[in-house]
Amino acid sequence: MSTGFDESEVDAISLTPGTGEHEDEPASTQSTTSRRLAVSGEVLVLYLICIAIALGLSALLVQVTGGSAGDVFNALLDGSFRKPGRIGLTIGVAVPLLLVALGTIISTKAGLVNIGQEGQVFLGAAFAAYVGTEMGGPGPLVIVALLIGGVVGGALWAGIAAVLKYRRNVPEVLTTLLLVTVGSQLVGYGLKNQWLLLAPAEGRSNRQQVSKQLTDDVRIPRITWFGNEFPISAFLALAIAALVALALASTVWGFRVRMLGQNPQTAQRAGVAAERYGGGAMMLSGGFAGLAGGAMLAGGDFGNYTLVPGFPSQIGWTGLLVALVARQRVIGAIFAALVFASLRTGSGFLAATGVERRVTDVVQGLLVLALLIPPALLFLRQQRRATAAAGDRT
Amino acid sequence: MIGDLLSALLDVATSEAAYINALTFAVFLAFGATGEWVAEKSGTLNISVEAMFLAAAFAAAVGMDRTGSQFTALLIGIGASLLVASVQAEMSHRLVANQFVVGLTLNILILGLASFLASELTFSTRKSDPVTIPILSDIPLVGQALFDRAWLFYLIYLVVPVCWWMVFRTRWGLELRSAGENPQSADVSGIDVNKRRRQGIYVLGVTAGIGGTYLVLAAVGQFEDSIVGGRGFIALTAVIFGGWTLRGTVAGCVLFGVVLSFRLSLPALGYEVSGDLLAASPFVLTILVMAIFAARVRSPNALAQPFIRGLK
Repeated sequence: MSTGFDESEVDAISLTPGTGEHEDEPASTQSTTSRRLAVSGEVLVLYLICIAIALGLSALLVQVTGGSAGDVFNALLDGSFRKPGRIGLTIGVAVPLLLVALGTIISTKAGLVNIGQEGQVFLGAAFAAYVGTEMGGPGPLVIVALLIGGVVGGALWAGIAAVLKYRRNVPEVLTTLLLVTVGSQLVGYGLKNQWLLLAPAEGRSNRQQVSKQLTDDVRIPRITWFGNEFPISAFLALAIAALVALALASTVWGFRVRMLGQNPQTAQRAGVAAERYGGGAMMLSGGFAGLAGGAMLAGGDFGNYTLVPGFPSQIGWTGLLVALVARQRVIGAIFAALVFASLRTGSGFLAATGVERRVTDVVQGLLVLALLIPPALLFLRQQRRATAAAGDRT
Repeated sequence: MIGDLLSALLDVATSEAAYINALTFAVFLAFGATGEWVAEKSGTLNISVEAMFLAAAFAAAVGMDRTGSQFTALLIGIGASLLVASVQAEMSHRLVANQFVVGLTLNILILGLASFLASELTFSTRKSDPVTIPILSDIPLVGQALFDRAWLFYLIYLVVPVCWWMVFRTRWGLELRSAGENPQSADVSGIDVNKRRRQGIYVLGVTAGIGGTYLVLAAVGQFEDSIVGGRGFIALTAVIFGGWTLRGTVAGCVLFGVVLSFRLSLPALGYEVSGDLLAASPFVLTILVMAIFAARVRSPNALAQPFIRGLK
């Protein structure tokens, strides 16, 4: 998803309006610093305005339908971190969001548009459920195995799209999107058949489609810090985030992936095999989504350690949005994942205010739309200036 | 096994109800798919059809309850769908924000908004009465399915030819197609590429608006937030399945309509069938078609690529 307007790029265009202006070097360096400050101040104000509009619209919606926006706001804050123990829940939800977003960052950097995370999460969770309930052995080993199972499930699902792209030239946007529904129907089929995922008839009501529950020893351990309980997969996610940031920024592999994303022709001439690096990035991205699915299943913040139809509950879509809102930066993704997770956990407290919890979907959607506007506006302005400058020269 | 399948298919093919079910779905899909085809011809891979359907269905249901007039409900439905289309169009082709992000966000936003508002407002609708066309509706098997329908159904006989005519027989259509095939050249010859693309999305807004209204007033009769349930994606899929031709798109809608209706008609005729695998089949079929005919099926050249004039 080449949004094409990295801020550094934007700055580069704006600060060198014409290429032939290097005579007054010292003066321009000075004005560069002040101009950069002015630009970042402007960006900040623009972001604040857009976010304010999004929140204002949400508040208006709540008020018009007879609720109280203040109550809703308080309930969201209470539910996401003010009340004891809620921070732990928010962290628990943020973990899969971050993992999905990290995968998305990798595929986006490679110039690929993967929008099938929702399906990849589900497949990952299904593989993890199968491994976790069928494999015997010591608990920690099974946990690792089920997480790896999740990675494999997600990577395979994304791999279909990669194979079709590089062998048959089918756009990955379409295949990843189409495979979301196929994946959820496939897992749904698995959940109707006992030889796959369905739990044995005793211990569940007749028509219920659930998998067997993960036993106590194969659940990801949860720890408690200051009254907040969360799964230790949070540390895993943070470690992976650091690893991804490092790998993309300063390894040969990361360099090649980024080159492939920015200019496939150059990459090809430099000897970067699109099939290998692009396909790899796609499968990694799916693998991360699958890992998120496994971590959701074994982490305990999503249901009762069982797989049910509709299990991913929009974590895949939201994780994709996290990556895009963070504009492919790992640090940004961590924050965005926490914000989106707190909207979700906060919605649990909305019942008391009499406002339907689906309102948080609206808030989240409006926020994402609002966050898209400032970079687009800035980009357009820089583009106009650059075009004007180019026009002056001719 | 194959014998069973054949006799099942034969039973379906000779049952009048099966045709009625299949066409109910097919026409709903075709409303969205025809507009989506126009948008894709202009170079937008628009994934917010789902949101447009849902917005229209919701607005039409409320409009029907408050005004009691189906025609007003249709206008309100189209209006709601156009509102979604305007966000998609302005954000992705004026602000050049990524079209998939906008579409995806709209899908989530509208689903949240519709289910939120549906829980706050009370309204009820019922299925509208069919308008029977004499003589034609007496044709055996397909007569009732084609000519004994709510009036909204018949709009499809208008929407498809009009879209075809606009795209292939007007100057506007030529410009729209060139925006989707080669935006740089189109730009040089004085066509406002992004404007044509926005207009393509607005056309989709109108047809998806009719589709959503048809769904709630003529096909289902009652609004619920799962009313569209991913079928916007099937409409999108139909365009790809049809290889970006209108003929193929409509054929895809009919085929997917038949497949979707199997879920209703096969159990009704006493056959057991896995609903999951049937529901997945339009998508699997489309992926297979793309993989097998990749060389023959050609998408618009600049499909899903944003157009930015200038230093690129």
